[in-house]
Amino acid sequence: MHEISIAQSIIEIAEAKAREQNSRCIQVIKIRLGEFTTVVREALEFAFEVARQETMAENARLEIETVPMVVRCVACGPVTDPVREVCLICSECGLPLEVVAGEELQVEYIEVESVAERV
Amino acid sequence: MDRVSVQTNVLKANQEAARENRRLFEREGTVVINLMSAPGAGKTSLLEATIRGLRDRCHLAVIEGDLQTDLDAQRIRDLGVRSHQITTGTVCHLDARMVARALVEFSLRGVELLVIENVGNLICPASYDLGESLRVVICSVAEGAEKPKKYPVMFHKADVVVLNKTDLAIASRVDLRELEKNVREVNPKATVFALSCTTGEGLNAWFAWLRDAIASRSITAAAGT
Repeated sequence: MHEISIAQSIIEIAEAKAREQNSRCIQVIKIRLGEFTTVVREALEFAFEVARQETMAENARLEIETVPMVVRCVACGPVTDPVREVCLICSECGLPLEVVAGEELQVEYIEVESVAERV
Repeated sequence: MDRVSVQTNVLKANQEAARENRRLFEREGTVVINLMSAPGAGKTSLLEATIRGLRDRCHLAVIEGDLQTDLDAQRIRDLGVRSHQITTGTVCHLDARMVARALVEFSLRGVELLVIENVGNLICPASYDLGESLRVVICSVAEGAEKPKKYPVMFHKADVVVLNKTDLAIASRVDLRELEKNVREVNPKATVFALSCTTGEGLNAWFAWLRDAIASRSITAAAGT
């Protein structure tokens, strides 16, 4: 259950960006979460509820975009999308497949109150 | 509402600390193994066997990660090897900052091989680069042939996969070839060793490979993505 530390990192990154904007209140945090990571979406959502207490993201909504796993064979080229069962050997030529998507764990953007809303 | 682009990896702080660790390891000329497995797969047993096999030829040191107790560090010290225990409390993995803090008081001067034994867990440690040169994942035969398929991220990121407890294959009704095939399917590039720390079967091949790796010191870090 490392989703708590993942949620804390998300909030720290969002807070740093909000401070740069002189904002005190984060309304939305959007992240991209790959299928081929060790982070479980439901566990992260729960962890976020706990971790956001008494932070600038206290009332923020966490939006999670799931990124499907995509693999590619260097020799054969075709991309299998999405991967159902993880087998990273090309069924055509037997060479190792490359993971080209699905390992993302990234804060995309935040939404903060605008200057007009503050006055 | 104003939308502000961030585009930052969630694990950025860990990656920066891992980069610092890696710089230190390279400066000291130390090859570093991040040793990972489920609890009870034989991390400390493999370490003990490796120390017995290599200590006359190479200067080793060990950092142990556990939730509680320094029992594992004690086992290593009993073999005459310097070791440092990190107790994580409730945290289920080591991260690069914990290792950096340990390195402040644990000198690497002259150490050719540092093994960092991670917390027993096949999930969370996969995400945290420690700055290691090699990721070694142990799967004991008794865990069943499907283990690599159930934890694909951990096995996918390994440079080396050690199949331990080969002496228990018949008793566990596990076909070693099937287990190895499952490792290959999630990680076609890994170097695989099948061995038993109890009987000693297969250990020499592992020692020889490790000696070469230390001698060449040409291993470039695969982690850190």
